[in-house]
Amino acid sequence: MDTTPFIVLSAILFSIGAVGVLVRRNAIVIFMCVELMLNAGNLALITFARANGDLDGQIAAFFVMVVAAAEVVVGLAIIMTIFRTRRSASVDDASLLKY
Amino acid sequence: MIAFWILAPVMVVCALGILVVRKAVHCALLLAVVMISLAVLYAVQDAPFLFAVQIIVYTGAILMLFLFVLMLVGVDASDSLVETIRGQRAVAAAMGLAFLVLLTLGVAQVSVGVDQGLEQANEGGNVPAIARVLFTRYVLAFEVTSALLITAALGAMVLAHRERLTPKPNQADWAAQRMRDFAERGTHLGPLPPPGTFARHNAVDTPALLPDGSTAPGSVPRALAARGTVRTAPAHEIDVISHEIGADAPVGPMGGLPAPPAEGPVQSDEWPGSVRPLPDGSEPEGHPVKGNKVSGLFHEPGGRWYAQTRAEVWFDSADSAEAAGFTRAGSRSGTTTKED
Repeated sequence: MDTTPFIVLSAILFSIGAVGVLVRRNAIVIFMCVELMLNAGNLALITFARANGDLDGQIAAFFVMVVAAAEVVVGLAIIMTIFRTRRSASVDDASLLKY
Repeated sequence: MIAFWILAPVMVVCALGILVVRKAVHCALLLAVVMISLAVLYAVQDAPFLFAVQIIVYTGAILMLFLFVLMLVGVDASDSLVETIRGQRAVAAAMGLAFLVLLTLGVAQVSVGVDQGLEQANEGGNVPAIARVLFTRYVLAFEVTSALLITAALGAMVLAHRERLTPKPNQADWAAQRMRDFAERGTHLGPLPPPGTFARHNAVDTPALLPDGSTAPGSVPRALAARGTVRTAPAHEIDVISHEIGADAPVGPMGGLPAPPAEGPVQSDEWPGSVRPLPDGSEPEGHPVKGNKVSGLFHEPGGRWYAQTRAEVWFDSADSAEAAGFTRAGSRSGTTTKED
């Protein structure tokens, strides 16, 4: 099995996630794009694990998943708190420091 | 490799969809497709344990959490298309493309050497092999992970917790409050009047009639009134009768009496620039703006509730509707606020 197509796919997904973080305005969608980038990283890790013939890459991907779960829990709680006070989940609305 | 070439285009298309789709719920669904496809790619690459974890943790737990929060925040929430920084989108796309080219070129030039495959490492099963590595070489990282998870759970609880500042009102408090409102402001003491009971299909959108024949304003749900989908009682009566006579028979506003032959729009005497609806409910020529008398809203063509709205009066322009005291539909609530 070839390694390069997997890595290129991983690079494409990572770039799309990065553009999404820059372009989207809804904080939840931005979060989803971050998840997409983490997933793209996982794909690269697992591909390299197969190419190298040991399981370290898979372990790393496993830890990435655990950290992503923790990050989502805290991040979504923060978004909820902001939404409760601001009635909006748009990142453009939280611009108080500007004024 | 077949699975890869089938799934890779699907994943890229869905990921691009996340960039352009406006509703956050659709983004979540597209992300689910990407994640499940990724799980299949993990399975293809001799990682059955991570395949299961990907499905359970990512699509099962994390995406469901996203959907929960979306439901709390309001499913209707969609991105505004206004750019706050001019040209930001184009620049972001260009930078993303440049980044992609750089990454792909760099990655494609690296030679990974001979593909070793995991047959040797996965000997005796993938899960026991991962457990062997995880609980020997990475045992410290594993323990630290547990601390991280506990901290995250605590943090989420602290962030989501809301102090109750006032005591919770019980039924006696509510009753006292109601009496106070009645004494001070004359608010109606009893329950709101129920919607019309003579409706043919969905009674909730038809207001009740007061003894003098006018409609009771509180009898239709506020949400329906805001959307402008409320039917008036007389309009409904005409509906029933015309249904009984046969749909073609023109029926006047006074029940069974046939209306005078309609030639062109009938000028309504109520407001300048308004006409009454034609007997079949279609648009009178040159008067495209729909007005709803009960909710006091008007709908312009292309508006969100335009198609559902049953016009009681048609205006020739939004200006004459505003002059008649109607409000533009949708101007009361923002894009991200929920009704109620």
